[in-house]
Amino acid sequence: MRKNLRWKAIVIAATVLLSIYGMIGIPKSKDELVANWRNNMKLGLDLRGGSHLVLQVQVQDAFKAEADTDIERLKEDLNKQNVRFDSMERNDPQTLEDAGKIEITIKGVPTDKVSALRTTINDNYDSWNLVAINSQDYKLTMKQTKALDLRRDTLARSMNTIEGRINNLGLAESAVQQRGRSDAESELLVQLPGVDDPARIKQIIGTAAMLELYEVKDGPFGTQEQARLNYGGVLPLNSKLMKQAQRADQAEAWFVVARTPVVTGRDLRNSRPQQGEFGKWETSFTLNQDAARRFERFTESHIGKKLAIALDNNIRSAPVIQNAISDSGRITGANDQQEASDLALVLRSGSLPASIVYMEERTVGPSLGADSIRQGILSGVVGLVLVVISMLLYYRKAGINATVALVLNGVLLLGVLAYFGAVLTLPGIAGIVLLIGMAVDSNVLIFERIREELAAGKSALAAVEAGFSKAFLTIIDTHVTTVVSCAFLFIFGTGPVKGFAVTLVVGLIANVFTSVFISKFIFDWELAGKQQVATLSI
Amino acid sequence: MELFKNTNFDFLGKKWPFIIASAVLTVAGLASLVMKGGPKYGIDFRGGVNMYVKFAQAPPLDKVRSALAAKVAGEITVVEIPGTQELIIGTELKSEKELDSVRRTMVDVLGATFGQTAGKPDLHNTGAQALADKLRDPLGRAGAGLNEQQLQDLAKAVLAFRDGAPNFGLIPGIDSLSSVPGVTPAVLNVLKQEVALSPFAIRNIEIVGPKVGNELRNQAILATLYALAGMLVYIAFRFEWIYGAAAVLAVFHDVVITIGLFSIFDKEISLTVIAAVLTLVGFSMNDTIVVFDRIRENLKLMRREAFENLVNLSINQTLSRTVLTSGLTFLTAVALWLFGGPVLNGFSFCLVAGIIVGTYSSIFIASPILIWWKNKMETGGKTPGAPVVTAPADKKPGRRESVKAAK
Repeated sequence: MRKNLRWKAIVIAATVLLSIYGMIGIPKSKDELVANWRNNMKLGLDLRGGSHLVLQVQVQDAFKAEADTDIERLKEDLNKQNVRFDSMERNDPQTLEDAGKIEITIKGVPTDKVSALRTTINDNYDSWNLVAINSQDYKLTMKQTKALDLRRDTLARSMNTIEGRINNLGLAESAVQQRGRSDAESELLVQLPGVDDPARIKQIIGTAAMLELYEVKDGPFGTQEQARLNYGGVLPLNSKLMKQAQRADQAEAWFVVARTPVVTGRDLRNSRPQQGEFGKWETSFTLNQDAARRFERFTESHIGKKLAIALDNNIRSAPVIQNAISDSGRITGANDQQEASDLALVLRSGSLPASIVYMEERTVGPSLGADSIRQGILSGVVGLVLVVISMLLYYRKAGINATVALVLNGVLLLGVLAYFGAVLTLPGIAGIVLLIGMAVDSNVLIFERIREELAAGKSALAAVEAGFSKAFLTIIDTHVTTVVSCAFLFIFGTGPVKGFAVTLVVGLIANVFTSVFISKFIFDWELAGKQQVATLSI
Repeated sequence: MELFKNTNFDFLGKKWPFIIASAVLTVAGLASLVMKGGPKYGIDFRGGVNMYVKFAQAPPLDKVRSALAAKVAGEITVVEIPGTQELIIGTELKSEKELDSVRRTMVDVLGATFGQTAGKPDLHNTGAQALADKLRDPLGRAGAGLNEQQLQDLAKAVLAFRDGAPNFGLIPGIDSLSSVPGVTPAVLNVLKQEVALSPFAIRNIEIVGPKVGNELRNQAILATLYALAGMLVYIAFRFEWIYGAAAVLAVFHDVVITIGLFSIFDKEISLTVIAAVLTLVGFSMNDTIVVFDRIRENLKLMRREAFENLVNLSINQTLSRTVLTSGLTFLTAVALWLFGGPVLNGFSFCLVAGIIVGTYSSIFIASPILIWWKNKMETGGKTPGAPVVTAPADKKPGRRESVKAAK
């Protein structure tokens, strides 16, 4: 009996010490203790303050872009092979769900050229299936596997880009992760601890940052119609209309530019803010070697003509090319230093492959977080004190036993949370407050049973033995039922609800240990070595 | 101390008043739900904006409402958190596209209506980086220039003073900042010139797009239904299927009454309330299982006892545990309700109501269902008249005795 107890004591001490170690490590000073505690007990955004953003990547944008690139390529290829056609256009899927329905329609293909078209598509365009609409018109639909890849790839690239931007802002401990259970949802969760004014960060995350440099064919024109009229209503081949970004006091302006850009943001080597003429802020960029050579050749042959610098499909400026430029340029028009440096930041981190839409924002100011912690702790302490007083009044000495079990239950819970790096949230604190109630229930069940056994005339030792063994099944049944419901909460719940479930489950498991194992140990210890007639204060 | 000793209350004889009370509560709750067109969902489940704004002196609610209604399309709700100077300002959101614009408009309107900052940045609603940027040059001009690290530390210290106890967001005046480490008289002067204090602080902004709201609602309903089904299966496995059904019906009764109470008191159902509903499901289940466990045990000990008497005896035997546990849990829930703050208000209300309903439902709903079923089986059975009681654990006699406490 004695030996058995010693082993149990060692197990209990080791568990408790490990838990305490998980919480505070081995501190050498008071400051270190506080620092370790803060490090190990991670608080959720709702307690420490911060922003939680959910955004949806508009994957259909990437599908359209993919189709556009392939249309350009295919037109060239068919041209080389002398395959004529009337028109080649893509449809315009508007929603995420429709992204996979992207189609390219090719009309008016002469019947004797169809086999050439088919060969070209099969050989060089493996993302598309060629489907005949009738003898002259055909459409290309995207292959399922390819569509899936593109979705996944777009999401991954968006995530990388956003991560890069956030890291560039120097926001420590931020996290970007995929949300939802399938790729089809295309949602990302961005967590920004300590950020209480996310407006600027949302702006930075959401900027597409697609930089393109175009050859200007003509312009500016006041309206789109004027531009078209200039060419007799139809734009020349390989050109498109683009609008100039304007301030409130500027008139609308449109340019006719080449269809494909000379240089894009992908060719950038670096970008930074600087002060230009008259002290105005602007963003300069440098190109990588390959693009610089291309750009130099282009500018050399276009001296005296205009170059359009477009950001996110809006022309920011259209300066006249004075001389050959090799590797640098600048984007003017920033209102202040911050705008210029934000633009440099997003250019450095690369463009988003698709636009994004914000679905959810939750921002907790640090003052509310501090207030919530205070209130959570206050209610926890009040609840705990009430429970302990009641237990001591009702069960006298055995009440001490229950209190010890309760406190150790809390220690184990926090220790396990620390080891798993689980985050303590406000619903989590609520879970702890509730755990107090459930932990007490286990003790009450056992103690009532012991009392019954004592009333039935059993000795103290036998009553403890019978009380624990009879209450055990009930405790297991009640705990497992709650764990089952928490499991569903965890699987189907979101954010805060998950935190609640995790805290409660860990607490309940720890509770089986404390209320059954530790409580029993304390009774055994008390009764050990005494006579069979020993009495119990319960 | 002992509250109940060898009690022998005839609970099941007095079941009707409680069943009628339950029926009245259920009907009242359902009627309220029907009249109000379904539960009042929080923004978590329908999409919308909630802003928690703490005022030094809360303005008339109408003033806030009318100022916002002029600029925001959706319906504006303004609620004061009792006992505080804090308002919860809400509006709906028709689509994700409005998410940013509505947020910005609301913040701007609040600033314009209550701000009085004369164009200066508002210290109550600014971030650390913005404050540092604002102070950099003026400090230099005032001959109190700081390096970048010192500047960041200063901004953080000022905001920590603003946000921590006892201010929690609103400081009484710029002069009070003199106690912040790093705020020298020169710095204080610059602060006085460069920043102003509006009489409010936005402490929390929650914006949920309608799509996410729908998704969250479906998830919550699914989670609740699956949790109930999971429990039914577990109890059916441990006892008999009728025990599972009775327990789940009783718990379902608790959930319906609680949701009804939320509707009657016009309280919103949010994500945290769902967590509370699931907790009360667990609690009520606990209670029921403890009673059922006793019934199962007694069935083996007293084969000749009429089932109804046996159930009554089991309830009496577990009575002191039921009262003590429910009482203590009720105490913690009340503590949470009184001191837990506005964010947890719905959560704790749900628990306080749920614990009361959940405790009596094990006695007056779950147990009568069990008896009703057993009686029905008997009268419809092959041997009418003979008081045969089916013992669920008969197949494994003595199983309970063989189980020892964890060693």
